[in-house]
Amino acid sequence: MSDIPSVPDDIKSLPWPEQFQTLAKHAKAPVLKAFYEAGCVAPDTPICEVPMVALDFETTGLESEAHSIVSIGLVPFTLDAISLSQAKHWIVRPKLPLHQMSVTFHGITHADIEKAPDLSQILEEVFASLNGRIPVVHFRHIERPFLDVALQYRLNEGIRFPLVDTMAIEAHLHPDRQPSFFKRMIGEKPVSIRLSDSRTRYGLPHYAAHNALIDAIATAELLQAQIQHHFSLQTPIGDLWL
Amino acid sequence: MQAELIDIRNHLIQHAPFDDMPEELVNQLTESIEISYVRAGTQITETGQISTRMYYVRSGAVEIFRRSGELYNRIGEGEIFGQFGLLMRGQVRFPARALEDSLLYSIPAETFHNLFENDENFADFVEIEDRSRLRSAVSRREKSNALMTSRVSRLISRKTVSAPTTVRLQEAARIMTDQGVSALLLMDEECGDKCESDRLTGIITDKDLRTRAVTEALPSETPISEIMTEGLITIRASSYVFEAMLTMLHNNVHHLPVIDGEEVRGVIALADIVRYESQSSLYLVSNIFHQQHVKGLKKISNDVRDSFVRMVNEDANSHMIGSAMAGIGRSFTQRLLELGEEKLGPPPVPYCFMALGSMARDEQLVVTDQDNAMILDDSFVPEEHDAYFLELAKFVSDGLAECGYTYCTGDIMATNPKWRQPLKVWRSYFTDWIENPKAEALLNSNIFFDLDGIYGRTEFAEELKSLVADKASKSQLFLTLMARNALNRTPPLGFFRTFVLEEDGKHQKTFNLKRRGTAPLSDLIRIHALACASQAQNSFERLKSISKTKLIMDDDLSNLRDALEFISIVRIRHQALTLEAGGEPDNNVRPEDLSPFERSHLKDAFQVVSNAQKFLRFRYNSQATRHV
Repeated sequence: MSDIPSVPDDIKSLPWPEQFQTLAKHAKAPVLKAFYEAGCVAPDTPICEVPMVALDFETTGLESEAHSIVSIGLVPFTLDAISLSQAKHWIVRPKLPLHQMSVTFHGITHADIEKAPDLSQILEEVFASLNGRIPVVHFRHIERPFLDVALQYRLNEGIRFPLVDTMAIEAHLHPDRQPSFFKRMIGEKPVSIRLSDSRTRYGLPHYAAHNALIDAIATAELLQAQIQHHFSLQTPIGDLWL
Repeated sequence: MQAELIDIRNHLIQHAPFDDMPEELVNQLTESIEISYVRAGTQITETGQISTRMYYVRSGAVEIFRRSGELYNRIGEGEIFGQFGLLMRGQVRFPARALEDSLLYSIPAETFHNLFENDENFADFVEIEDRSRLRSAVSRREKSNALMTSRVSRLISRKTVSAPTTVRLQEAARIMTDQGVSALLLMDEECGDKCESDRLTGIITDKDLRTRAVTEALPSETPISEIMTEGLITIRASSYVFEAMLTMLHNNVHHLPVIDGEEVRGVIALADIVRYESQSSLYLVSNIFHQQHVKGLKKISNDVRDSFVRMVNEDANSHMIGSAMAGIGRSFTQRLLELGEEKLGPPPVPYCFMALGSMARDEQLVVTDQDNAMILDDSFVPEEHDAYFLELAKFVSDGLAECGYTYCTGDIMATNPKWRQPLKVWRSYFTDWIENPKAEALLNSNIFFDLDGIYGRTEFAEELKSLVADKASKSQLFLTLMARNALNRTPPLGFFRTFVLEEDGKHQKTFNLKRRGTAPLSDLIRIHALACASQAQNSFERLKSISKTKLIMDDDLSNLRDALEFISIVRIRHQALTLEAGGEPDNNVRPEDLSPFERSHLKDAFQVVSNAQKFLRFRYNSQATRHV
C-alpha cells in the first residue's frame, strides 16, 4: 500500500475542526469527503452538547494490518440519551479465508459471514451514522486503526478523526491499577479497566450477550456514567478526545 | 428491531406488563427506547413539567413523590414510572428522583400510546397502580379456573323432584327410579302458606335407601320421614361451584339442595361437580370414610399431596385449597374417631372433638401438624371416664401421625390432660385468657382462638365460639395484648422495598412466607374479627364479617384479602413445585426462585401487611412484645 498518499504532518498538527476542513478538500472518495465536510465540533464545546456515536468492531484479531473486521455495531448518543431507534449492526465478510480464522465470534456463524456483504457495500450506511459525531470506543487501538486500514484497502485513502476512549478514561482514573507487592501479598487485586469490570464500578448492569452493538451501547452507557461521576457536563470535549 | 438488542428485550420481558406482551409490540418498544444514566440524587422529572416519556428502571432505584413532597413509592429494577402523566396527556403528576445511580430506559409518548391502544394487558397495568395491581393479579388467576367462575345454577339440569314428607318408603323409591334421580327432596305439605324453601324439610338419597332401609330390612310402608335426613345444608343458586364444593367438603355431604330466594331450584350432586374438577379432592374424602383400619387410612394419605398439587395446577385459589386440605384432614380425624369408638366402645359421656389453628380456619396446607382438643360433657368424672378419653385421644393422635399429621410440638393435643376437659373448664380457660390477659400466656393460647368442632357434640364448640365472640369484643386489654403479639412478626420488607432474608436450616438466604406473611396476616385479621364479635374462623370469612362493621375501610379490607390470597398462593405454589420436584415442602422461599411477577406483587402484598400492622399499632397503641 505504498501508493497511498500519506497525510502531511502540517495538516496532522492542525486542530481537529480545521484539520477536517482541510481533509475535506483533499479527500477523493465521496464518503470521506462527506465525512470531513460534516465537520468536527470545536474543542471547547461542552461535552453535554456534543453529538457522539458509540462504535464497536468485532475483528478476527488484534492487528489492523493482519486481521479483518467481522461486525460493526454503533449507536448515536448524547450525554442525555442513547437512542436505540438509531442503533445499527452489520456483519461484514472478512478478507481472510474462513478456515484461517481462529477466533470464535459470539453469535456469528460461518453461514452468516458467507452471505455477508463486503465493507465497501455498506460504507455509505455506516458513514451516515458517523458524520458529524465524535466516535466513542472502549480501547482506542481497534476501531480507528481497523477502519483506517480497511478504507486504505478499499478506497485507497485512510481516515483520521478524534475519538473518546472510555478505557483510557478508566486508566486515567486508576493510575495505580497494579497493587504493590505488599498489597498483592495481602490479597489486593489489580483494578480491571475492561469494559464489563469498569461498568460494574458504576452500578451498570451486566449484559449476557456480546456483540458489537450491545458493546457499543455498553460503551455509551459507561461514558454517561464516567462524565457524571468524575467530570462535569461542561467539560470541553477537547479535554477528553484523543 | 436489531437482533443484537435481544439482551435489552429479554430484560423487559421478565417484568410485568411486558411479560405477556406480543413479540411484535415488545420489539417495537425495544427499538424506541432511549437509555440514560442518572446519578443518585438527580431529579428525573419535576412537577409541572410536560410528560413526554414513561420510564423503566433497568438498574438502580428511583423515588416517586407526591406533589406535597411526601414520598409516594420506591421503584426498583424492572418497574416503571411516569405513566400517569402520559395517561393524562399532561403534566408530570409524581416527580421522580434517583435514589441510587440508575440506568433508565425511557419510552416516548408515541410508543406508550401505541402500546396502550394495542395491548389490553399493558393498558390495565398502567392504569392501575400498586395494590390495585395486586388485585388484578389475583383476579386474573382466578378467572382461569372454571370452578371459580361458574355458578351453581349452571349445574342444575332438571326440575326439582320432590315428594311430601308423608310418602312411604316404597313410593319414594318408585319416584326416584321413575325420575332417574339419586336424591329426593321432601316437602312439608301441612303448612301450605309457607314458601317453598321454608317447606323443604328433608332429603333422601340412593345411599340412604341402601344403608338405612334395605340393610335394616325396613317395611316398605315405613314413613319416609323416619329415615330422611333433616337439618338440611343448602346452597344458593348464585353461589360459585367452588363454594358448593367447599360446602360438601366441610360437611361431608354429597347432595346439596339449591335455593333461589323462596324457591327450591333443584339438587346438585357430587358427580355434577366432579364433571368440573375431574380428579376431585372430594373423591379422596369419600374414600377416607370407606377405610376400615388405620393402615388403610395411612395408605390413602399418600394421595393427599397429589390432590394438593393437582388443585394448584388447576389454578384453584388459596381458599379452595386451604378448605379442601382442611376438609381432608377433618375427614381423617372423623374417621379415626369412628374407628376408635368401634374399638373402645361408645363414649361414657358425650364429647366434642375440636380442631384448632389452620384446620379450624380452613386454611390447611400439606406441611402441617395436628392441633386438637376435646371438650367433654360437664357430667365428666375424671376417675371414671378419663381413661376412655385418653385412650381415644391417643388412638386418634397416633393415627393422624401415621397419616402424616405430625404431633404438635407445643403439645396442643387432646392427649394432653390440660386440653381434655369438660365444657365448664373450657369456659373458665377462655374467660381467664380474655378477662385476665397476660401477653406471654396469650402467645401460647393464640391457637385456641381459631377453633372448630369437628366430631360429636359440635354444639360445645359453638358455645365456646359465642363465649369468645361475646367477651373478647368487650375486653380492650385482651385485644391490646393480642395486637401486641400480632406485631411480633413483621413482613420481610426492608426500607427500600427489598426482601429481608434470613438463613434457613439449609443455610440458604430465604424468607419465610408463613412466619413473615400469612401468619402475621391471619393474626391481625383475627384481632379485628374478635373486636367485631365475629364468630367466623376462616380469615376470608372474618374479613367479610369485619366489612359489615365500619371498623376498617372497604378498600383496606379488599387489600388485605388480596394480600392474603397472593401470599398464600405463592406459598402454595412453592410447596407444590417442591413436591413435584420430589422434595420436602417448606415455607422458605429464595427470591430468585420467584418469577419477577411474583416478586413484584409479593412486595405489594407485604406492603399491605406492613400498613395493616401500622394500623393495628395505632388502633391499640401497642408496640410489639418482642421482635422475632
